[in-house]
Amino acid sequence: MIRMLIVALLACAAGAARAEALTYALPEETAVLKPGAGVDVATSYCLACHSADYILTQPPKKGKAFWEAEVQKMIKAYHAPIEPADAAAIAEYLASTY
Amino acid sequence: MGTLLMMNRRESLNAIAAAGLGAFAAGKLSVAAKAADMASLPFGNGGRPLVAYPGKRPLIRQTTRPPQLETPFNVFNEGIITPNDAFFVRYHLADIPLKIDPDGFRLTVEGKVDGTLSLSLAELKTGFEPLEYVAVNQCAGNSRGFFDPRVAGGQLGNGAMGNARWKGVPLKALLARAGLQRGAVQVSFQGLDRPVLPETPAFVKALDTDHANDGEVMVAYAMNGDDLPWLNGFPLRLVVPGYYGTYWVKSLARITALDAPLDNFWMKQAYRIPNDACACTEPGKAPAATVPIGRFNVRSFLTSIADGATVAANRDLVLRGIAFDGGEGVSDVAVSADGGATWIAASLGEDLGKYSFREWKAHVTLSPGGHRLMVRATNRIGQSQPLAPLWNPGGYMRNVVEAVTVTAA
Repeated sequence: MIRMLIVALLACAAGAARAEALTYALPEETAVLKPGAGVDVATSYCLACHSADYILTQPPKKGKAFWEAEVQKMIKAYHAPIEPADAAAIAEYLASTY
Repeated sequence: MGTLLMMNRRESLNAIAAAGLGAFAAGKLSVAAKAADMASLPFGNGGRPLVAYPGKRPLIRQTTRPPQLETPFNVFNEGIITPNDAFFVRYHLADIPLKIDPDGFRLTVEGKVDGTLSLSLAELKTGFEPLEYVAVNQCAGNSRGFFDPRVAGGQLGNGAMGNARWKGVPLKALLARAGLQRGAVQVSFQGLDRPVLPETPAFVKALDTDHANDGEVMVAYAMNGDDLPWLNGFPLRLVVPGYYGTYWVKSLARITALDAPLDNFWMKQAYRIPNDACACTEPGKAPAATVPIGRFNVRSFLTSIADGATVAANRDLVLRGIAFDGGEGVSDVAVSADGGATWIAASLGEDLGKYSFREWKAHVTLSPGGHRLMVRATNRIGQSQPLAPLWNPGGYMRNVVEAVTVTAA
């Protein structure tokens, strides 16, 4: 039923709006980081650029070197503006939580 | 930064409401909120929600922002062509296009050319001889979740691949129309997606000029007879048959002929593989030298029987699956019902072209008890699949001989 409604609305939008822009509605983002010391700083930096499931889906118990490397990749490759103290806190949170 | 994202999202919601799709958006949100269906990928921390995005059936959601959706593996047993609503989705940067005006859209061809082109979709569809073929697209990191030791990145099962009939304009014809100049060594490609932070490297990829001009690389405007799905690169995407999906730039808007190789993160650091014949290193070790990832290696899958299934004993059992490679074409598929001790030749299905999935079928009769079914493909130049998985730090190019354990009863 809902699928039929979606198809009808999409067809309607496509047919009526030849001269108008098409839009796409992404589902709501629901994933959040797990609680723990440092979750606030991780949320404010990490989730600025990507959803929490980027972290939640990583292999479990990879340890500190793995997560430090990930944080450094975000800083060096993607130019995330994270100061060293915050980077250390984020890596510590990630290593102890996931 | 967070504010910027919130604004983008709110703006897109406003745009949808303005277009009279408010009920549609609200409906979707409630469906997503209620979705309890989960997929379980067979590795540690492999639980994923199944979520239906607009234009897509429920797919395995790897990530939400940007969206990365994996095709449930049973889809590959439905047919050789992967339906548009089941085709996998992979973005890199979170500011993905959510509003596109098909009439106002223009593809720019620029750089080391005699004259810059600015082409509408109508001009692309009517002003060039179309090219059409079937080709597999596969993520470089397809199956990364099976790497041992595990590596960082998208933790994918085997469903970040798909096979579609693409139609579009040969890139060669676009470059000829623009007048590609001598001295152009590479051609780069950028879509409508953007990074969240302006400092983050924009997603731009490049092909060597000879490759770009091979007559096969295509700017596609249709997929399986329809417009490209939004999340698969509407309205245009680059199709690089035989090559990993990293080159198949979505919502392609800018083609630039370059007089020097592209020097950016996406070519010089990301998507690089060990520079050796196996694209592998000793597990846990970094490679001495790397090169940009290129063509697919050979892969094959059993699609008709899931791992752990119970099948009839002492009866003719038809096994079915798919095989593909980077463009030589699959020449042989063999199956083993005894863990690799003996192999039986499979018959190959219809040939949809050297870049397509190739269906295979084989008959086995199993005695009561447990059996390990394996499948191995070989291509026309003798390349095949390893019995033990190869490893590299990027988690790329897994192509081990797949095995499925069944119980015959």
